[in-house]
Amino acid sequence: MKTQAFRLLFALFVFQTMLYAQSEGMVFIEGSRYLPLYGRDSTVVEVKDFEIDIYPVTNTEYLDFVVKYPKWQKSQVVSLFADESYLTNWKNDLELKTSEKNDSPVTYVSWFAAKAYCKCQGKRLPTVDEWEYVAMADEKTKDARIKSTYNQQILDWYEAPRTNTSVVGKTQKNYWGVYDLHGLVWEWTLDFNSILISGESRKDVDKDSNLFCGSAAINATDLMNYAAFMRYAIRGSLKAKYSMKNLGFRCVKDIEIQP
Amino acid sequence: MKLKSIKNRVMALLIAALPIFLVSSCVNNQQAKTYEDTVDIPVSREMIAELTSPPNVPTPVGKRTAKKLIINMEILEEEGEMTDGVKYVYWTFGGSVPGSFIRTRVGDEIEFTLANHPDNKLPHNIDLHAVTGPGGGAESSFVAPGHEKTFSFKTLNPGLYVYHCATAPVGMHIANGMYGLILVEPKGGLPRVDKEYYIMQGDFYTKGKNGDRGLQPFDMQKAVDENADYVVFNGSVGALTGDNAITAKVGETVRLFVGNGGPNLVSSFHVIGEIFDKVHVEGGDLTNENVQTTLIPAGGAAIVEFRVDVPGTFILVDHSIFRAFNKGALGMLKVEGEENKKVYSGEMREGIYNPEGPGIQTLPTTDEIVEAEIPAKSLEEQLEFGKQKYMQTCFACHQAEGQGIPNAFPPLAKSDYLNANVDRAIGTVLHGLTGEITVNGEKYNSVMTRQMLSSEEIANVLTYVYNSWGNSKKVVTKDMVEKVKKSK
Repeated sequence: MKTQAFRLLFALFVFQTMLYAQSEGMVFIEGSRYLPLYGRDSTVVEVKDFEIDIYPVTNTEYLDFVVKYPKWQKSQVVSLFADESYLTNWKNDLELKTSEKNDSPVTYVSWFAAKAYCKCQGKRLPTVDEWEYVAMADEKTKDARIKSTYNQQILDWYEAPRTNTSVVGKTQKNYWGVYDLHGLVWEWTLDFNSILISGESRKDVDKDSNLFCGSAAINATDLMNYAAFMRYAIRGSLKAKYSMKNLGFRCVKDIEIQP
Repeated sequence: MKLKSIKNRVMALLIAALPIFLVSSCVNNQQAKTYEDTVDIPVSREMIAELTSPPNVPTPVGKRTAKKLIINMEILEEEGEMTDGVKYVYWTFGGSVPGSFIRTRVGDEIEFTLANHPDNKLPHNIDLHAVTGPGGGAESSFVAPGHEKTFSFKTLNPGLYVYHCATAPVGMHIANGMYGLILVEPKGGLPRVDKEYYIMQGDFYTKGKNGDRGLQPFDMQKAVDENADYVVFNGSVGALTGDNAITAKVGETVRLFVGNGGPNLVSSFHVIGEIFDKVHVEGGDLTNENVQTTLIPAGGAAIVEFRVDVPGTFILVDHSIFRAFNKGALGMLKVEGEENKKVYSGEMREGIYNPEGPGIQTLPTTDEIVEAEIPAKSLEEQLEFGKQKYMQTCFACHQAEGQGIPNAFPPLAKSDYLNANVDRAIGTVLHGLTGEITVNGEKYNSVMTRQMLSSEEIANVLTYVYNSWGNSKKVVTKDMVEKVKKSK
């Protein structure tokens, strides 16, 4: 059974490589249907095949971007698209503060900036569904959400303040070959605010929104995946122009089927 | 009678209201008026609120008029110490657990700014039970790290109220220490007292068991099961004991603002050796008198007042008593001043009462005493771990400086009995000791139960004792303890 699946997967990979060229620095994610945290009863969502950046975007990469597109430089950025803390850890338009590292994920970027970055690379930001789909894998399995070790590792990071000084690629590579989805920084998603968390987490229980974020999360599909609640909470607290110390991003790309 | 008084009041109001229209241009009209509805209380001028960390409270409002009160509160996620050797990451309002005490009066208009420190990982908000409005402010104050939110409200009802974070998962935010108290004083303020303190109970859930060393993460399953490892006052085990004890002098009236943050447990608040002269039940207008223990619900509060008549140390507990002596819900009020033998005589005589012959008191035992996970690697570590264990196990009787308690518990400091025989000391900790002994020329006749400590822990704690307070500086090893254990 297992070998069969493996063979199928292998065939799939061979087949796929014939269809499209894998982009540099990205890995292929095979789409599927899955039950996200906020699913009610059997509301399964579908994720199509896509490619995702192996690492979050780093300071170096972002520097290249602002060199090329000066309107996203610290002094040039339109205040509508980024609040005052945009790139606050940079010394000036083209230099990091000495305390920062080139290989650290870029943070203090707004959603607008992240979106523009991805667009300029011919990519886009991942949707919440896509991000959560890739992020529910641990090293060995696609869906590790039922494992207590999976949840605990994530929570340990959520609970520990001040960890964003590390560089990318130091956490465990997950099933898909992606690093740092957990344990480095939060990441922007394309539709971060599509799940309505009103800020009053308990009221959302009887609100006709997707996320039933009751105090005890009674309606959530997975009681113990409360780590995910914290991700939805942080997304709910954001506005597109916010930039934050612990918030970076990575890009994804749709699979273009070549004729 | 009642009807008449209402009529009178309406009349009085009308009469009072008339001149307002006439002299409303008069700026300094400070004459006290009564308002049927607290919504109508006008505010004058702005004032920045004084915030205090526990156990202190801000200055009483006294006779001041209602004001526009500016409150700036910062949320900090930071590592702290739950008890000796046990670390915990607390989420705090204002850097303390419980959060800063807010003191207002009825009619104040409060402009509340909640700032979430950029180093924090999570969004937070605040639900103040003193707010009349949806979510108690939670929705308007939901704030991402590195940002701040401002909202305003008017205090309509006097009383003592809890505030807390209400961001998903709500229970977890509260369990990590995100709660505090806001006091809304009535017009003219609460009656003056000599001492006021701020105490708040909370239950904590850690991955490791009570006492397990190191940084302990939050345990969601234990929290759901309501199986607390620590139940403490003011955020940690020693927050109100030893040097941190609250104090008063004989004859003074003490007022305690006592809250319970939960998240799960209700508190049976009691002060050993005192009777509350007055309790504002549940923090509201209803007062009860002569109360021994008052129940404080999770997410609730009470104001208790009592006059201290005799000196001594009074122990504050949650009278669900295992929480007090085994999980940390214990505080101290130290009262200094003249004895009053009429109120309390102290011990008058003592004798031996032995109806069934002398028997050694033992605790129910399991032979599985788990070894400490991390053995001490050096003398320094042995002393450090030993001290932690001493503070957890021996401190209550033998006291912080090993001085003991006269006539009750023998001293360990410069103790001839202790220094004369190491094996006897080890045996005492292992098996307990009952009967008369002479220490430094004083006779003691008391009971020490056998201690549930591992050989490693006994070695550490005895090494600490021998290397403190002028003792013989002996080093006790695990092997020495094992030897005594076997020779029994």
